Amino acid sequence: MTTQETLLGAPGAIVDPDMHFRQQRGLWSDAWRRLIKNRLAMLALLLLSVVIFVAFVGAYVGPLARYAPGDFTGIKQSGPTQHTWFGTDQLGRDLFARVLDGVRISIQIGLGAQVVIILIGFTIGAGAALGGKWSDNLLMRFTDIMYAFPDLLAIILVRSVLFGRHWPIISNPRVIVILAIGLVAWTTIARLVRGQMLSLAERDYVLAARSLGASRFRVVIQHMLPNTLGPVIVAITFGIPAAIFAEAALSFIGLTTPGSLGLLVSIGYNSIQVNVWNVVFPALAVATLMLSFTFLGDGLRDALDPRSR
Amino acid sequence: MRGPPPWTLMAAYTIRRVLWVIPVLWAVATITFFLMHAVPGGPFTQDKKVPPAVEAALERRYHLDQPLYKQYGLYLWDASHGDLGLSFQGDQDVTEIIRRTFFVTAQLGIMGLIVAVVLGMTLGTLSALNHNGPLDYIGVGFATIGASMPSFIVGSFLALFFAIDLGWFKLLGWGGPLQLSDVFTSSAYDWRKCVIPVIAISALPAAYIARVTRASVLEVLNQDYIRTARAKGLRETRVVTRHTIKNALIPVLTVMGPIAANLITGSFIIETMFSIPGLGRETINAIVRRDYATIMGTTLFFTLIVTMANLLVDLAYAAVDPRIRYR
Repeated sequence: MTTQETLLGAPGAIVDPDMHFRQQRGLWSDAWRRLIKNRLAMLALLLLSVVIFVAFVGAYVGPLARYAPGDFTGIKQSGPTQHTWFGTDQLGRDLFARVLDGVRISIQIGLGAQVVIILIGFTIGAGAALGGKWSDNLLMRFTDIMYAFPDLLAIILVRSVLFGRHWPIISNPRVIVILAIGLVAWTTIARLVRGQMLSLAERDYVLAARSLGASRFRVVIQHMLPNTLGPVIVAITFGIPAAIFAEAALSFIGLTTPGSLGLLVSIGYNSIQVNVWNVVFPALAVATLMLSFTFLGDGLRDALDPRSR
Repeated sequence: MRGPPPWTLMAAYTIRRVLWVIPVLWAVATITFFLMHAVPGGPFTQDKKVPPAVEAALERRYHLDQPLYKQYGLYLWDASHGDLGLSFQGDQDVTEIIRRTFFVTAQLGIMGLIVAVVLGMTLGTLSALNHNGPLDYIGVGFATIGASMPSFIVGSFLALFFAIDLGWFKLLGWGGPLQLSDVFTSSAYDWRKCVIPVIAISALPAAYIARVTRASVLEVLNQDYIRTARAKGLRETRVVTRHTIKNALIPVLTVMGPIAANLITGSFIIETMFSIPGLGRETINAIVRRDYATIMGTTLFFTLIVTMANLLVDLAYAAVDPRIRYR
């Protein structure tokens, strides 16, 4: 007797329990299972968690908090020692404390820029997809033009417009960089959201929701928005290392955010013949952050879009 | 019913794409113009106070005393005639500055592009042919790490190992001719100065090309016509060279637009880092000095290059792949 016959034959067990379970699994738990199986993505997630924990929590307690980023240790340009794990810089400040501070800044800028990108990208993308032919044309041509602008140059221009103002929140250099990156880098998300929404508008379940009398607003928020999230999450995860890179590059070429990792690399590079470690550690920190987010993004893409595998 | 012949479609598509460059440049010029005029402080705001009469004279010299709409109109008019105005620093023609410094940036960019294409395509193809083998892991590892390493970090490490420790190459300055008249002067060339900047600028594009090439070769290898080619007894080298690589080239072609943009971004960083007198460094200097005219000119010029690169890629793509419809 085969398994199927048993199941069909037994009263009360009409539905295969395993089948039932599989039906219960939605997009997200399915994706999560696939993500957990991806060893590289999990390694990246673990590494990121440790780095973020150490940078945001660890740096205030215990032996990690021996020095503050601005403290002078009294020894200049030393290599790694027992007390100063990453050595000291040209003014004798503890490089470990400064790198942790730089990681905090990079994470803040990486995530903060994504918030701005999501806000602008969703507004423009949804506006283009749902607002009719004219607004679609206008917004997408605008997006094309912004896309033609060389990224880093546009970020630099916006940054210099925002810099040196005495406006309440915008006087903070980190906020300025976040806004500058966000105001330039939203084009990918806008195109993605528009494309998703246009294809979703044709789906049966959207038609069903509409024919059941759901308002336009409800259809968009309840039914369409959640289904655009998968590709957007992937794009956002790749956007984080891009924002971290943009900020580090700006700081490296002299348009600095105080304390940033790019600035540390640049300072270290100026005295690379005296003390190699001042380049090595900040550079490794940038590379670790960018690599981890990239691996995580790869994992998420494979998990959320099984077709791309 | 028959549609119009394909060549008319292609021609219409080409004309539409070429004409689209004009509004893009206009919009970028406009955005840049108003952004630059929204920057707090002018080019003559300095620590040392300039006498009011001198400042007024300077502003008149550069038309800064005119109302904004007149400056804008004047700027557009001049720019459309190839005149990008005068640099605020030393009264040089911006067009002249761009011509002089881009000569260096173009060498850096073209050499970077060649290295990126050769290295990326070789690695990508080898990876794909050795799918899931050791070579594949090396290739994918290189592509992933290269794609997430900022060029200034690659540059720092290369400088440290190969220039400072080993002394093989030189840093600082450019090893090619700095102006057109030096092209045939052999003393203008010093290849030892070129190696590190070129490798640093090409690392990321190479990684990107390797990734795309690998994916596209793998895809082609799964196609029926490859099986047919093998089935009719072609040697494997011929299957690869004649049937695979040619078809795998098309997706690689499409990333050339982003790669041109990436090389420009790279030129800002690499030229500043290694003191190369190119357009990237000139742009950064102009931004630090708040030299409006130069910034607007270089922004427009870079946008033109990126747009042209994208245009050429799209046209080449449409010409190469008959499946493309000219929307």
